[in-house]
Amino acid sequence: MIQLASLDALKAAFPTVSISEFRNQMRAVVPPAEIYDSLEFLRDDREFELLVDITCVDYLTFRDAEHRFGLVYLLAGIETNERLTVRCFLDEPKLTVPSVVPLWEGANWMEREVYDMFGIEFEGHPDLRRILLPDEFTAFPLRKDYPMQGRGERHNFPVLRRNMA
Amino acid sequence: MALTQVRTLENRLAEGDFSSSIEGLTEHDYQWTLNFGPQHPATHTTLRLVLKLEGERVVDAVPDIGYLHSGFEKIGEHLNYNQYVTVTDRMNYISPMANNVAWHCAVETLLGIELTPRCKYIRTIIAELARISDHLLCNGAVGLDTGAFTFFLYAFYQREVIYDIFETLCGARFTNSYTRVGGVMYDITPLVTEKIRTFVKNLPKTLDDMDRLLNRNRIFVDRTKGVGVLTREEAIHRSATGPIARASGVTRDLRKDEPYLAYKDFDFQVCAAKSGDCFARYLVRQAEMRESLKIVAAAVENIPAGPVNVGIDERVAIPTKQQVYQTIEGTISHFELTMSNRGFEVPHEESYTATEAPNGELGFYLVGDGSDVAYRARCRPPSYIHFAIFPHLIQGHTLSDVVAVLGSLNIIAAELDR
Repeated sequence: MIQLASLDALKAAFPTVSISEFRNQMRAVVPPAEIYDSLEFLRDDREFELLVDITCVDYLTFRDAEHRFGLVYLLAGIETNERLTVRCFLDEPKLTVPSVVPLWEGANWMEREVYDMFGIEFEGHPDLRRILLPDEFTAFPLRKDYPMQGRGERHNFPVLRRNMA
Repeated sequence: MALTQVRTLENRLAEGDFSSSIEGLTEHDYQWTLNFGPQHPATHTTLRLVLKLEGERVVDAVPDIGYLHSGFEKIGEHLNYNQYVTVTDRMNYISPMANNVAWHCAVETLLGIELTPRCKYIRTIIAELARISDHLLCNGAVGLDTGAFTFFLYAFYQREVIYDIFETLCGARFTNSYTRVGGVMYDITPLVTEKIRTFVKNLPKTLDDMDRLLNRNRIFVDRTKGVGVLTREEAIHRSATGPIARASGVTRDLRKDEPYLAYKDFDFQVCAAKSGDCFARYLVRQAEMRESLKIVAAAVENIPAGPVNVGIDERVAIPTKQQVYQTIEGTISHFELTMSNRGFEVPHEESYTATEAPNGELGFYLVGDGSDVAYRARCRPPSYIHFAIFPHLIQGHTLSDVVAVLGSLNIIAAELDR
């Protein structure tokens, strides 16, 4: 579904990019320092105008994983009808990447959700707050070291009884 | 009023200074805040908006979501690929069939399974019926919110017929959980075909009635035309998809652009509009129902014969009883699938598969780790992306337009919060 010209151009502009393929889907792995520039390049020069989604995967218990987190940017071209998955890997002490809100306004809530669920910080994001979970929540629940049942946050919520209100 | 200003005002009042002029008091201080939701009938579901109003004009809207957050993505890491379909029902519960299809399309891409032609047709039919039922509800609710109650009832009557079809097909009306990895739960029966035929024959009349009720209705047109305008550039910039993007002139429809299932066999049009307001979104949905009906009508007459589930070589679908008892491959396959420590083989890979759900692009980013439970099951929810656009659309409009815009975006809180 993706023309090789786009991948060649990406490879020429960013030599550190590595490319793989699975089930006709092209994936590019970009170092975190170059993520903003490469996405800007793809948007402006290769017509990947639509940011479909930003998500994250925690590779803590994944077989043969070299890094802890993998950020996933899904791009699509509206005219060219191409799709490309751009990934970048992050490790524990430095969980920050530049925000892509200047490129796509739609990234705003997507990045907030990744921050909410994984604790990855996006530098330059205009409003990086928790979005789905309450502000008092301290953990990042979609990380693999967070238990399915939670850590008691739910049981320790303050209960407002009728005679107290 | 800023907190410091309030403090200085309090101090001055305490000192006995009651002069009315307050330094730094500007126009903005006459704005007031209104909480809209989370329990308000016009939000349809539990979502909350904090509106900043100046008189009746909305200056700013801050959505506050998460009231229905139930950790669907975390649950996806603990339920196997067949079990999780019950959770996808509860995402966009207006069109659960479309979610079932989207989920299992994603799983089958990860596993590399090619469906049988019959299964592709059946899934196409149910996905299009789900689209019709979603659009009927969305447009009906837009009508209801802007004061057209009869219109809503017309739409809801036909939705009941679709529920009846689904009930005949799989036994459940609302949470269908119809698809399975490599196939569907039950094959389509002649009774279902008959009910679909009747529905295809009757719906155009209802659609005509609905068009006649609202398309030139003065009240409805006044309340929706020019309200909540999303330009083409903004639609792309803010990642809008589906009918909302198409109403703004983005002619992107995954059924045409990346034909999945059996869509390339059918003749249908991509419905788009240019103005990008609530009225255009209403018209696009109204037109899409007619196109979906064309697909359903063509598909139901041309369902290919043959098995509905993939063969036993794929080792994903439960073999038939006959195969289990009469062939050794069937027995082995049945054993492998039923034992909890076997299951099917999943590659250590990740893939993203999107389908054109009624609301927009519904995709799943799946990471497989060899077991039959997903390592990560990310859902790309169209409602979430579209609700982020809402503050941009409502700025400058009046409070009564909030419900019109909210209705036309078709925000489903269960899918929004997951």
